[in-house]
Formats: sequence, C-alpha cells, structure tokens
Amino acid sequence: MGIRTLVAMLVTALVVIGALATQESYKVFMPGLLQGAVLTIEIAILGSLLAIVMGVLAALARMYGPAPLRWLATVYVEIFRGTSALVQLFWLFFVLPQFGVTLNAFLVAVLALGLNVGAYGSEVVRGAIQSVPRGQWEACTALNMSRPQMLRRIILPQAFVAMIPPWGNLFIELLKSTALVSLITLSDLAFKAQQMNQNTFKTIPIFTLVLLMYLAMSLVVTIGMRLLERRASLGLARGKAA
Amino acid sequence: MIWDWAFAFEILPVLASAAIVSIEATLIGFALAASLGLVLAVVRIAVPWTGWTISVLVELIRSTPLLIQIFFLYFVFPKFGVVLDAFTAGVLAIGIHYAAYCSEVYRAGFDNIHRGQWEASVALNLSAWTTFRDIIIPQAIPPIVPALGNYLVALFKETPLLSAIAVLELMQTAKIIGSETFRYTEPMTLVGLFFLAMSLVSAALIRSLEGLLNRRTMR
Repeated sequence: MGIRTLVAMLVTALVVIGALATQESYKVFMPGLLQGAVLTIEIAILGSLLAIVMGVLAALARMYGPAPLRWLATVYVEIFRGTSALVQLFWLFFVLPQFGVTLNAFLVAVLALGLNVGAYGSEVVRGAIQSVPRGQWEACTALNMSRPQMLRRIILPQAFVAMIPPWGNLFIELLKSTALVSLITLSDLAFKAQQMNQNTFKTIPIFTLVLLMYLAMSLVVTIGMRLLERRASLGLARGKAA
Repeated sequence: MIWDWAFAFEILPVLASAAIVSIEATLIGFALAASLGLVLAVVRIAVPWTGWTISVLVELIRSTPLLIQIFFLYFVFPKFGVVLDAFTAGVLAIGIHYAAYCSEVYRAGFDNIHRGQWEASVALNLSAWTTFRDIIIPQAIPPIVPALGNYLVALFKETPLLSAIAVLELMQTAKIIGSETFRYTEPMTLVGLFFLAMSLVSAALIRSLEGLLNRRTMR
C-alpha cells in the first residue's frame, strides 16, 4: 500500500477518534484509555530496543561466534520462535519467581516481548547480512580489512537497508503483542478496555476507540519505517553512483 | 524441590486432553483463514473495484491486535443479538485475522501467474470460473504452500490467546492447574515444551513439503 494511502488512513483514524471523543458517551473513556495507551507505547518502545539488541547479538553470535556461543544463540532463537509469546510471558511471570527471581510485571513484559521479537529479528539480520553480494566481502579481504572492520564499515551499512522493511513488520507484531501484557496485570490499553467494559458494559464505544487507537499507533510505525527506508536507500544509491 | 516429576506426570493427561482443544482450534481456524483468504484474493481479481476496499480491510485487520479482535467478537457481537460461545468467537476471530494474512499470500501466488495464461484462457473462451478453477489455482497454489504452512504454525502459536476468554485450551488449563495447586513450574513448562515440539516438527514438515513441491514444479 502506498505511503499516501497510509497517511490518509492515519489522518482518518485520528479524525474519527477526535470526532468520537467530542461525544458524551465516548468522552468518559478517553482519559483512561489514553493513560493505557501511554503504557502500551512505553512497553512497545523498550521492547523494540531490546529486540534490536538481541536480534543483532544473536545473529552475529550464530554467524561468527565460537561454537558454544553459536549453540547458545541457536537455542535462544529456537526456543523463543518455537513457543508462543503468551507462554513466554506467563513463564517469566509465574515460573521464574519459583526459581527465586521475581521481576515486576513491567520488566517481564519488556523482557518477554523483546526476547520474543529479537529471536525473529536475528533471522532478519542474518538474512540481510547474507544478502550483501559476495564481491563486497572479497573486496574487503583484498583490502586487508579485519572482520569487525568490514562488518562495521562495509557490510552492515548495506545490510541495514535490506533489514528495514522486515523490522518494520516485527515492530508492528511487537506493538500488537503488547495487548498480551494486560493478562499479567499491567494496565495497558487492552487492560483498560477490559476493565471499563466490565464496569460499564459500554462495549461498543470502548472497543471501537481501542481498535482505532491501535490502528493509529501501527500506522505511525508503518509510515515511519517507510520514510526511514526511503532515506536509507537514497544514501545507498548516492554511494553507488560515487 | 523445583521440579516434581510425579506432579508433572499427574497433570500430563489433563494437559493432553486440553491440547486436543488447541489443535482443534488451530485446524478450524486455519481452514477458515485459508478459505476466506482465498475468497478475498479471488474477489480482488474478479471484481477490480473492490481492490481498494479489500486493501484497507486487510490493513485494518493486520494493524490491530488479535486479542482485541477476540474481545470485540466476544463482547460486541452479543450487543447486536449474535451470541457466540467463547470457542466459536475465538476461532472466528483467529480465522478472520489470519485470512487477512493469507489473502496477501494468495495474491502473491496469483501475481506470479504469467499474463499469457490469462490471455490463453480468454482466447479459448473459458469462463471466469473455469479459468480460476482449472488454470490459475492449480498453478498458483503449490508455490505458496510453504508460506501458508508458516502461517499455520503462527496461528497455532496464537491459540493460547483463547485463554483470555476462558476457552479451556492448553494455556487456560495450565493456568487453572497452577492456581489450584500453586505450582506453575510444571504446567507452564510442559505447555512451553509442547509448543516447541509442535513448532519444530511442523517446521521440518514444511521444509520437506517445500522440497517435494519444488521437485514437482521444476520439471
């Protein structure tokens, strides 16, 4: 879908939220829902940062690490991709305390979502690094660059562009997964919706607003990643021409 | 002691019967997703003016969390007089959510069909229905089977969400065992291992299926 359509959808979503918020039956829910949305955004941002760190580390460990590190990274990726996010969230929340490690719910949420998406992200990073043409590696070797040097200066800047669209999808997945944290007592957007629904039974206004808010947040991420992609590939094209 | 084998074996039969509910939900949900997705993709080609509407619809479904969609079907539909039990509402939500993803997969499959195939069908005076059924679909589906398989696994991993509306599937059963006995280690870990095992097995199956299909289409 083109970036113009996406922007149009975002504007429409925001206008509809704004228009609904002026109505009495919707207005009462706005402060609570916005409060929840802030927590959702916090978890999504911190989770994404952790996912990026884990994705890059796991990918580099699997590709260039010594054998034990490589196995560790593989086990991490397989476990977090092979079980569902909710299972991981519950495991960290309910089981970890039995081993004497008690984390607060917020930390569990960021850890579970970040580690989960990071495992998928490591495959993205690996794929992107491998998609850099062989000639680039050979040229680096010919120029007698060390491995960290070639990764940092030649390979990763090129792989970065290929990574942007799949990472965009993963960020959306992570944002949507934050709704799961409502099930471990965090009062995010989904939790607020559930709570207000149980107290007031005004199901339609509450869930309509919540869906629109999630839509708006996802669209912001999608549009942001599109713009980033455009900028990053512009830089690459210039580099090639010169 | 942190891990109690006797307790683990005691709860295994209960979890196994709950796993059947999870698998049922997966199969029904995926059947729904695969067929509804195909309908969306075909309508998009057959009735061109729906293209924009379907794009927006797909984007809407893919941009909002499945959990909220499950709540929406479960809590909002009764307001319109459609009361669904938890399992039906949950499976319906999962099916519709993944139909949006599947329709994009089908679309990629259709886009890969050479133009000449459509033109030849027109030249042979085949009806639109016959063209789809006998010419396009048999060529479009095999290459996308692995992609659909990946969504089957992804869908399977989303079924624990049904526990949020109290469907007695694997996760909900593990939670109930945990809250009754105050032992979460065994049920949660067993659920995790079950998902891990199923995912690894299905990933291997998809890979071999992919090999098989590649051999068949690369004649």
